Amino acid sequence: MFSYILRRLAMSIPTLVVASFFVFVLVAASGDPLAELRANPGISDATINAREQELNLDEPLLSQYRVWATNAVQGDLGESVQFNEPVSEVLARRLGVTFRLVFLATIIGVVVAVFIGVVAAVKQYSLFDHGSTFLAFVFFSMPVFWLAAVLKDAGIRMNDRFGQTIFYTVGERTPNLDAGFIGQLTDRAGHLLLPSLTLILISVAGWSRYQRASMRDVLHTDYVRTARAKGLSESQVLGRHALRNALVPVVTVVALDFGAILGGAIVTERVFAWKGMGTLLIESLQNQDTPMVQGWLLASAVIVIMFNFAADIFYGYLDPRIRRA
Amino acid sequence: MLDDAIDTELAEFETERARSHTRVVAARFLRHRVATVALIVLVLMALASFFAPKYYSFDPNERTGALSEGPSSTHWFGTDNLGKDTYAQVARGTTKSMQIGLLVAIVATMLGVAVGAIAGLYGGWIDALLMRITDLFLVIPLLAVLIVLANRYRGDSGNWKEIAFVIAMFAWMYQARITRSELLALREREFVKAARALGASDRRIVFRHLLPNAAGAIIVNATLVVATAILIEGTLSFLGFGVTPPDISLGSLIDEGAEAARTRWWLFYLPGLWLVTILLCVNFVGDGLHDAIDPSQDRVRE
Repeated sequence: MFSYILRRLAMSIPTLVVASFFVFVLVAASGDPLAELRANPGISDATINAREQELNLDEPLLSQYRVWATNAVQGDLGESVQFNEPVSEVLARRLGVTFRLVFLATIIGVVVAVFIGVVAAVKQYSLFDHGSTFLAFVFFSMPVFWLAAVLKDAGIRMNDRFGQTIFYTVGERTPNLDAGFIGQLTDRAGHLLLPSLTLILISVAGWSRYQRASMRDVLHTDYVRTARAKGLSESQVLGRHALRNALVPVVTVVALDFGAILGGAIVTERVFAWKGMGTLLIESLQNQDTPMVQGWLLASAVIVIMFNFAADIFYGYLDPRIRRA
Repeated sequence: MLDDAIDTELAEFETERARSHTRVVAARFLRHRVATVALIVLVLMALASFFAPKYYSFDPNERTGALSEGPSSTHWFGTDNLGKDTYAQVARGTTKSMQIGLLVAIVATMLGVAVGAIAGLYGGWIDALLMRITDLFLVIPLLAVLIVLANRYRGDSGNWKEIAFVIAMFAWMYQARITRSELLALREREFVKAARALGASDRRIVFRHLLPNAAGAIIVNATLVVATAILIEGTLSFLGFGVTPPDISLGSLIDEGAEAARTRWWLFYLPGLWLVTILLCVNFVGDGLHDAIDPSQDRVRE
């Protein structure tokens, strides 16, 4: 297992290098950071040239990348234009907020999806199976931004009806809240409720279908029949023999979908006015904060690669054949 | 040329066969009741939107003077606080969304089929490299990358084609994978070996034997690309990085309506339900096509 982990880790380094170059080219292609200065007739060419030199824009793309990547490796992602603060510090602050949302939604989403998928596969063609299939199809076709806004509206209506705040619909926490540790914690949990519900509903729709399909395949295999034949209890057959094997394809899908969850978080944050990574990206693009956008994309690339690395390790745990290959 | 001789000889037989195959697929599709209903609804919505300027009394950007009125027989979906008619806007937005969806599906399918065909046909390191790149594209946070790229066209009027191409650049991956795996399976079949033994060129084998047989799976996935593209375009416009006025998107309509959801529900709920209905129908049609074209294949969604 240890050498398998090392091998996987070694493989993610070239991926990271490619991804970082891709990020750099992408941002370079997304527009000229000095477009606004150039369009302004009151600003002299000398000022623009000085600014170009400061941002290394007068160098060829490859050497610009080299400078940026060398600094990035040392933890220096440059200075944010809109915050006048190091990019890495802003990112660290905002990451925590988004991480709460994405992490919670993914964990609960996986657990709920696996549960629904397994029950639907075991009780095939039952009312539960048909009901969950129908709901999955509906939520699968639902845009995140629409669902988030509907839940927000429903929350506001509930609050109006009961004349008090039951559902928090704005922000990730109550600003300047004077409360102890427990109070802060419940405040944040309350703010998490509707945004994470949005992401959970959407991701469960897709994942539960995969879990159902793979569980159904596994239930028809010889080794499950053998397990039953040798007299194991149903819970042992399902848990130890069927589910463990049926999880492998689902792990792939969840790992592949991580980027989509991050996208969902961008939208959800916008709807619920969270000060997280999503709003940060939108504001940075609107304010032509190029170093921030580069840092944002690099950070998200690192997270996605780490997440896939974790999924690889989980594979190795689930399926010994993979780690020995 | 031998090829040409065979072509003329087989042409008649092939049109006959193609026609009967289309009929079989159509019959199987119509047996799928939900998919049939979805297709009818979708066509009706498309026609209603496309011909709205001909039969509906208001223009999308016209200030009708009826401020914040609820749905009625004059203003079917109500009006906003500037007096703009919501139904006229939804119709314009639907037309644009469908145009974008179709353009993305066409471009992404061409890209994906090209990548998948090259990978499947040549194999070896070319295949490994192309599939590695495909996997890389699959794991990137799509929406973030799209916002960054679409930022370049933010606020440019008439930018819907650029938006469509940007979306297409990141929507070809499943087409590539499907094409490749179909080609890998077909390559070993007897009729391809027979064609090769008869001296057919690579190009002829790809275009006359492999791709037509893989077309079913590719078309099914193309419908799913349409749904994805409409969804992504809506999301981009919702976030303010999509199509710009005078073009209207269902996404930007929903964004504007969301603020008024509680007081003027029609501005938010009607465009939203309309969009969800479109997406649901496209997905059902894709499902029905899937069952009709390839009933034997394992299905993930049922």
